[in-house]
Amino acid sequence: MVRHQCACKILQPTNTSPDTIAGGGCFDAEETGRKTIGGCMKDSGEDRCSGKGRCGNCGGKTAGTFGPCVLSQLSQSGVEMKGWTESKFLLSCNKNPLCWVTELHHPGEGGKTAGGNSANTTKSAKPAPQKKDNSSVAASERKGGDRQTDKDRKKDVPHPRMQFDDENRVEKAKKRSVVKQAEARNRVELFRHLPQYEHGARLTDLESKFFQLGPVHPAVYKVGFRYLTGDISGGNARCIAMLQAFQESIKDYSTPPEKTLIRDLTSKINCYVSFLIECRPLSISMGNAIRFLKRRITSLPLNLSESEAITSLVSDIDRFINEKIILADNVIVKHAVTKIRDGDVLLTYASSSAVEMLLLHAHELGKRFRVVIVDSRPKLEGKMLLRRLVGKGISCTYTHINAVSYVMHEVTRVFLGASSVLANGTVYSRVGTACVAMVAHQFRVPVLICCEAYKFHERVQLDSICCNELGDAEMVSRVTGREDINSLDGWTSSENLQPLNLLYDATPSDYVSMIITDYGMIPPTSVPVIVREYGREYLLI
Amino acid sequence: MWYRSASFILDKQEQQRKDAAESRPLSLVSTAMTENPGANVSMYYETRAAHHGVVTSDWLAQAQAAVAGNADDAAVENNASGGEEKGKKFSVVDEFNNWRKQPELAEAVAAIRALASVIRSSQAKTMMELEIELKKASDSLKSWDTTSISLTAGCDIFMRYVTRTSALDREDFGSAKSRLLERAEKFGEISYKARRIIAMLSQDFIFDGCTILVHGFSRVVLEALRTAAENKKLFRVLCTEGRPDRSGLRVSNELAKLDVPVKLLIDSAVAYSMDEVDMVLVGADGVVESGGIINMMGTYQIALVAKAMNKPMYVAAESYKFARLYPLDQKDMAPALRPIDFGVPIPSKVEVERSARDYTPPQYLTLLFTDLGVLTPSVVSDELIQLYL
Repeated sequence: MVRHQCACKILQPTNTSPDTIAGGGCFDAEETGRKTIGGCMKDSGEDRCSGKGRCGNCGGKTAGTFGPCVLSQLSQSGVEMKGWTESKFLLSCNKNPLCWVTELHHPGEGGKTAGGNSANTTKSAKPAPQKKDNSSVAASERKGGDRQTDKDRKKDVPHPRMQFDDENRVEKAKKRSVVKQAEARNRVELFRHLPQYEHGARLTDLESKFFQLGPVHPAVYKVGFRYLTGDISGGNARCIAMLQAFQESIKDYSTPPEKTLIRDLTSKINCYVSFLIECRPLSISMGNAIRFLKRRITSLPLNLSESEAITSLVSDIDRFINEKIILADNVIVKHAVTKIRDGDVLLTYASSSAVEMLLLHAHELGKRFRVVIVDSRPKLEGKMLLRRLVGKGISCTYTHINAVSYVMHEVTRVFLGASSVLANGTVYSRVGTACVAMVAHQFRVPVLICCEAYKFHERVQLDSICCNELGDAEMVSRVTGREDINSLDGWTSSENLQPLNLLYDATPSDYVSMIITDYGMIPPTSVPVIVREYGREYLLI
Repeated sequence: MWYRSASFILDKQEQQRKDAAESRPLSLVSTAMTENPGANVSMYYETRAAHHGVVTSDWLAQAQAAVAGNADDAAVENNASGGEEKGKKFSVVDEFNNWRKQPELAEAVAAIRALASVIRSSQAKTMMELEIELKKASDSLKSWDTTSISLTAGCDIFMRYVTRTSALDREDFGSAKSRLLERAEKFGEISYKARRIIAMLSQDFIFDGCTILVHGFSRVVLEALRTAAENKKLFRVLCTEGRPDRSGLRVSNELAKLDVPVKLLIDSAVAYSMDEVDMVLVGADGVVESGGIINMMGTYQIALVAKAMNKPMYVAAESYKFARLYPLDQKDMAPALRPIDFGVPIPSKVEVERSARDYTPPQYLTLLFTDLGVLTPSVVSDELIQLYL
């Protein structure tokens, strides 16, 4: 690690080539008359400019946190920055080795970076996830000067996601990414801000990289792999798999020398999260679980020994899975069966684990009802649900989503699952859910959403476009089992054809009659109440 | 909706054939009881009917005075007997019935007062015992009439309010018990005064020259209108007849005494007169978690008409009526049946819809006037979550 001098003068520079500038710190407001850049982000592990000028580690005067914003800051202050690019960021007082080093390089000197060695790749892997799943650095560019180091407040505010139509950042992200992605061809303009990669090449690429992915624990790797292939799907399943993989990695964790457990573990988790994002973008339930885990890690008392801390974290994860997912499902089922009467015709869409549990439980209680399962291409998830329900002896009807308005007249209740429920009561769920809910509303059929409370999020979304996930476009053009339908073969060569495979959509709260959570049955207008009252609780347990 | 599906019609016919086969020997008996097959009549609505016979407010005042005297005596007796015989003779249902006889007192308030007196006269020595006693009393009150929502809700809220205090952590049982009693009586006071508060809040909404449509006999609404009349506001009231309770007749009686111009409509004339109405004001038997209300049969109809014609609908309900129910449609509630007298005998084959109440979903309600303030329907769930969770 190249050490530069920090203005708290703790360390002497080891490499003072005139071609590199030690970024950071000395820009005290009094000295230079402009806002300081600084504030070592040791707690949050983020790379935003905080504008405070105190090293969060040692409290010493300077630790500068740079992002790309340092270029604009320095150039504002009159320093001649033309031609300089930044290669890494995060500089702070190196009294504590966790504060990082930034360098700025003149492109003239070529590859003389502290980077380029393996130490650099690991470091660059870690900032990348921070950037991707934390802040939008563009936002911090503009606000670099006046962002406060109010770490709690920052943690609470959900971070804007990375927008993939911003060329600069996509380039940078690509340089730092662990998994090389090939961008899909024929991208739809409206969804340019969402990542879309070619699915075919990724698997083999990932396989070949297995032994080089040092920082990623094999359990996490395995889970990421399974996400990529689509083996694990569904909010609860993905969340549980991810948490269990993290559990494994924490069990195998040992603090490297000269590092503290909290910060190192947090950065490791960030690294795993970035890897998982590259396999498949996070669902909101997974995001909430990760926030929970990070909160638990940072709130570990400092005097705990390593093994105690590890066992505490492992048991916390177990408790989260148990209380927030498994027991919550039981409570939901208990509430929801009271809404099923004898003689009901229930409709459900695709496959939701909560709804499946509910139907099986109601059948065990001896209620007489029948189920209409509505399914849609390309995932056809309803088929598995159909198989399981028929296996238990429930009479089912199976139909495609085209026919939903045809069957809706005889339906008495609609039960849907959700990937998340947002603060304005909007239900974010598998694509097609909004359609089913709208038709049900038109037919005056009550729509009941079964969703665990840990999936609630304080974000507000008004449409399905700003935040979504794009699946494999190839699956839209090909119909499995019907090889004779091949009119869309060769779509990649056609410029005018842009297949779109959306995975999620947003159902407005007007179509939802009731949301059944582990806190009881609530109207959709009460979701922010639950988030407000119990948001603290589950983060702190 | 689902009746249209062929499979269900067949199922139903099957069911009817089976029932007919089983009940043939009983048919003779049943024909005799066509008019009032009141096997599962709701006590709550019976009580209201008894109160709403042909009663004037003078009679009311006298009855109240008489009953107050009775209640005091009865209370004294009960306490005395409780003191003598270890409290076993103290029956919370008796106490409740005593309070209930006052026509001006809401049922839930009577229950709350009864439960408060349970605490007062309890012989328990530990907190656990007291809580168990309270729970038992509350359960017995609730089971006395399972169809009354405000009774159930009132008891539940009372239990939450009283036991949700840190005072219970005090070691001294005597002080904890007195704290509980204090809270119980305070809650009783608040509930009793709720009507006044609601009447004050609704004054802002009754403007000079307005026409108010009233449905059902709600003492809260009456209090609000009485206050408005006393404040010399000029307004006019249309009230529906309210069959089969004839509640409209009572309301018109009362209002006529206050010199408020009142016009009686038959229930079917609501849509006809909705043009000249400025607002609809009703009470509620219960306010459910979605923000909707359960009220006398006919409220939903009026709400639909008001919404179609863009007239605001206001509900005056005390906060102890907030219940943890969530009906999805009209049939999703526990049935509350009451006898309906058509005046002429009806053949036994003809079914009669005897439900006494209906559910109005929250999208048809504009505002709720409660003792917590003037609220929108979505706040009900907020309050319930804060109280219960």
